[in-house]
Amino acid sequence: MTTLTDPDKESFRLSMLLYDTRYRSITMQVIALGLLVAAFWFLGSNLAANLRAAGLNISYSFLGAPAGYDINQTLIPYTSRSSNLQAAWVGIINTLLVAFLACITATIFGVIAGVLRLSNNWLVRKLMAVYVEIFRNIPVLIWILIIYTIMTVSTPAPNAFRGETPTSTMFLDAFAFTNRGVYIPAPVWGPGSMVVVATFVLSIIGVFAYRRYATKLLFDTGRLLPTFWPSVAIFFLPSILVFFVMGSPIGLEYPALKGFNFQGGIQIGAPLIALWFALSIYTGAFIAENVRAGIQAVSRGQSEAAAALGLRPGRIMNLVVLPQALRVIIPPLISQYLNITKNSSLAILVGYADITATLGGITLNQTGRAIECVTLLMIFYLIISLTISFGMNIYNNSTKLKER
Amino acid sequence: MSDTHAESVAFVRETALPPTAPPMAASGPVLWARTNLFATWPNAILSIAAAYVIYLILAATLPWMLNGVWTADSLRGCREVLDGTSGACFSVLTERWNQLLFGFNYPSELYWRPTLAFVLLFVAAAPVLFFDLPRKLLIFTGLYPFLAYWLIWGGTIFIPLVALIGVIVGYAVYDRLVKRNFALGFFSGIAAAAVVWWIGGALIEQFAFGAPMMEEIASRNLGGFMLNMMLGVTCVSLSLPIGVALALGRQSSLPVVKMICVVFIEFIRGVPLITLLFVANVMLAYFFPPGSGVDLFLRVVIMITMFSAAYIAEVIRGGLAALPKGQYEAADSLGLDYAQSMRLIILPQALKISIPGIVNIAVGLFKDTTLVSVISLFDIVGMIRGPILASTDWAGVYWELFMFAGGMFFIVCYGISQYSQWLERRLATDHR
Amino acid sequence: MKKSVIFGALTVAGLTAGAAGAATLDDVKARGKLNCGVTTGLAGFAAPNANGEWEGFDVAVCRAVAAAVLSDKNAVEFIPTTGKTRFTALASGEIDLLARNTTWTFSRDTDLKFDFIGVNYYDGQGFMVPKALGVSSAKDLDGATVCVQTGTTTELNLADFFRANNISYEPVPIETNAEGQQQYLAGACDTYTTDASGLAATRATFETPGDHILLPEIISKEPLGPLVRHGDNDWGDIVRWTLNALVAAEELGITSANIEEMTANTTNPEVARMMGTEGDLGKMIGLDAEWSKRAIMAEGNYGEIFAKNIGEETPIGLARGLNAQWTDGGLLYAPPFR
Repeated sequence: MTTLTDPDKESFRLSMLLYDTRYRSITMQVIALGLLVAAFWFLGSNLAANLRAAGLNISYSFLGAPAGYDINQTLIPYTSRSSNLQAAWVGIINTLLVAFLACITATIFGVIAGVLRLSNNWLVRKLMAVYVEIFRNIPVLIWILIIYTIMTVSTPAPNAFRGETPTSTMFLDAFAFTNRGVYIPAPVWGPGSMVVVATFVLSIIGVFAYRRYATKLLFDTGRLLPTFWPSVAIFFLPSILVFFVMGSPIGLEYPALKGFNFQGGIQIGAPLIALWFALSIYTGAFIAENVRAGIQAVSRGQSEAAAALGLRPGRIMNLVVLPQALRVIIPPLISQYLNITKNSSLAILVGYADITATLGGITLNQTGRAIECVTLLMIFYLIISLTISFGMNIYNNSTKLKER
Repeated sequence: MSDTHAESVAFVRETALPPTAPPMAASGPVLWARTNLFATWPNAILSIAAAYVIYLILAATLPWMLNGVWTADSLRGCREVLDGTSGACFSVLTERWNQLLFGFNYPSELYWRPTLAFVLLFVAAAPVLFFDLPRKLLIFTGLYPFLAYWLIWGGTIFIPLVALIGVIVGYAVYDRLVKRNFALGFFSGIAAAAVVWWIGGALIEQFAFGAPMMEEIASRNLGGFMLNMMLGVTCVSLSLPIGVALALGRQSSLPVVKMICVVFIEFIRGVPLITLLFVANVMLAYFFPPGSGVDLFLRVVIMITMFSAAYIAEVIRGGLAALPKGQYEAADSLGLDYAQSMRLIILPQALKISIPGIVNIAVGLFKDTTLVSVISLFDIVGMIRGPILASTDWAGVYWELFMFAGGMFFIVCYGISQYSQWLERRLATDHR
Repeated sequence: MKKSVIFGALTVAGLTAGAAGAATLDDVKARGKLNCGVTTGLAGFAAPNANGEWEGFDVAVCRAVAAAVLSDKNAVEFIPTTGKTRFTALASGEIDLLARNTTWTFSRDTDLKFDFIGVNYYDGQGFMVPKALGVSSAKDLDGATVCVQTGTTTELNLADFFRANNISYEPVPIETNAEGQQQYLAGACDTYTTDASGLAATRATFETPGDHILLPEIISKEPLGPLVRHGDNDWGDIVRWTLNALVAAEELGITSANIEEMTANTTNPEVARMMGTEGDLGKMIGLDAEWSKRAIMAEGNYGEIFAKNIGEETPIGLARGLNAQWTDGGLLYAPPFR
């Protein structure tokens, strides 16, 4: 293909564009760019022509207009007179909320199931295998529908708590599990409650400080300090003490059945719970497999070597096995978190007001601005995903094996 | 010791005692239970808890399932038969199985066509899945897409025939020219195929070969589990070559090509499939020439193919990255150009490494085909949530239908993942 | 890579693509089929039966138009649309006519560039509650949980109603009528709101319909009607007058049973004009003389369609109410055929 002598500069022939490696790469890129531009021009001109033919235009002014519909679960102020943009914000925050909650619980489910799959208890092992296989092999959409149906059909309606001999009662008189959601007591902040909160924050800092000190002592002098019980004590005791010294400033407001629904307390809506639970248990099955693979990836020799050094089993796990397993577990774990965020877009099936349900659902339906709404929707998800993958890249770089 | 011992006994056993059975506690089911279920206290508690969970699940479902009604003609009929006792109403499955499998619009006398296509799918897939089978079978695999198209959609046989001839001509041209230059062969092949399709298409219209040999079925009449299968199979097979191209493009040294591929892959992977389906549903119609009549099925196929291509590209990129650098250098040192080294050295190895990943993507994608129910296509979930639950006869039957749909998916996905594990063991040629 | 997929798709599409053009009538005739958008399934209005044939009140309008234009009431391709997709499907030309219990509103008529060609069902939004709840008026629903279908005008009306009466509620948005029914029966919401016709249809499928009542308030006007794209007035005229023909036929006593006899023996000049034996009304809208006769023969006149699909004899059991002829105290009033 190439020769040792430089070809004559004068004798440029057209065929060199294809056969000469110096020019070929340019030719290829020009062709690729040309095709790309042509494709965009083709799509763009079609879009323009179609919109003109239908007499439509692209306009985002609908975002400022009143949305006109109500949303059942909002973390920021919202009424039916708020703008479509505000409705979109409600949706964004709801998406992030359910994704955040589901990530935490999915990790818990996944770690438990993953560890139990390696248990030497036959029954538990098989049970976990069945759990993982059933949830991995049936679409999440079907799971969401099934769990939502279970939620609405098998939990009691608020009506069941009514009357002389109610068929259902509240748990500890403080928690009500209904098919409209779970009602839990809400804290009431009295005067002086800030002191308690401040003490609590300080004791958290104290726990970390104590742990650092213990590690430092271990490295410097070789003395081992107990960490678990002292941590627990630092965590709880000061706050409880201050709580009573200040005269119990933080009270609880209990939910009570008034009118059609439970009033007071905090309501966690059934759609949120159904979606949260469905996403957690579905993704948990995938995380379980990641966890199992991660633990199995640490070779037995590592723990044997640690045991030979005289480490106790708990320390072997903490100091030798886990750090190595986490390197394998965490990258797929983060992509599972990404999947949770993306799968939360199925909220529309259970009537949870996430971004797909507000901006991409009701607003789209009511205004008919399909192109605008779907575009904004994609931009939102793109930003979330890119942020998460950016974080993942940073993590991957920081844990990369340093090859010297 | 031994001397005194020898003198003090009158009897010396000359043969060994026959082995007695080990004690109950050290053998058989008891030993198994002790080591596997009750080895330690926490273990025993776990076992009992697990057994209790299993009992709860069975107690809740078994009587309900065993008491199921299979012969009623509506939910009201079921309730009459059950007469207040708890029991499943499986009659909805016996009554509507055809709608669940084929959608409500596929003519029932033609069910043999998709069924035959489904059975032939196994024949076509076999030589790809199992390497021991005779290679000649691959010819059938090549023919299968055209045959399946004709079987499912019907209409004149000339359309798939012309498409097939185009592919054959294209391949022949490619085969001729590839020895001189890959790019030349590749593009001439595509051009030749396009020419054949163009001429063939014109001929079909001109000479009214359009007389249908088999009754034609519009793609909006497809539905049920058949639709899930078709979307899954079509999109995965279409997205494989695209995914390979994207992965190579992303590894390419040409900045423009690389940039296009990176942007495409990251964009598609960054948004949920459902928004892409919204695009297919509400936006894509605006992007085609007015009156081009690209129907919803085709638009959905385009979007899902793009979706899975981006994911497959990332898996294959992982495979490419996992190859030792020496392989690339060895290929270069043999004097192979880019196309040759990729085709002959790199891709065969990279694809082999990527197979488990690709199968995972395929399973995930197949499950995700249920999302089309959100955009008013009647796949199996769409049939359940739409026509069946909306009908006055069956409004209120959920569990039986969801169980059926879940069961169908479980069978297919579990089968595929078992195959994938088998394949992984089979392909593990490195030393362990 | 995007491009190659699309070009590939276009090659396939090109094999089957029909002719493009601005005139919907020509398109429909060239295609030989009417593409009609309907719901994905609402008993009585549009739902496929066990044989996969679409039937219902809205479906009948599609069939009548197909009969008028293509002389074949079965030359209809029914395209199920959701609340989300219906407008795009119509705007992009995927369907020629949308008959999907769509409420005629100002912004849909103007901003979205559609033309409502009439009203085939006068509806209003109501509430259904269990009798045991002891509620007799929608104004007693303060603090109630309300199930409402998303993407419909009912959602907006609901917000307006509760706001206007200064009472609070908690919405439970649901996707399909079947899910609304499931939620309502499980007690996840105290009341279910949708068009009164839909409530009646839903209640009819309950195990014990008697345990549920419809509240007296009708909180909105819901004129449901078929719509077409704005701009093609000729096509709009055809659909509008087909619907009018169905209404007028009931008023004039023309049914699918007696239509031949009426055509032959009528002394009423308007009937003669409609049946095409006198004058040339058909030509004025670009069809033949017998277009309205075929439209009426397809599924019967308005009254027959109503009785067959949603009338009191059916499980839906709707009374004519506002949808009676103007001569019977209703709102149906077809302009004269002259």
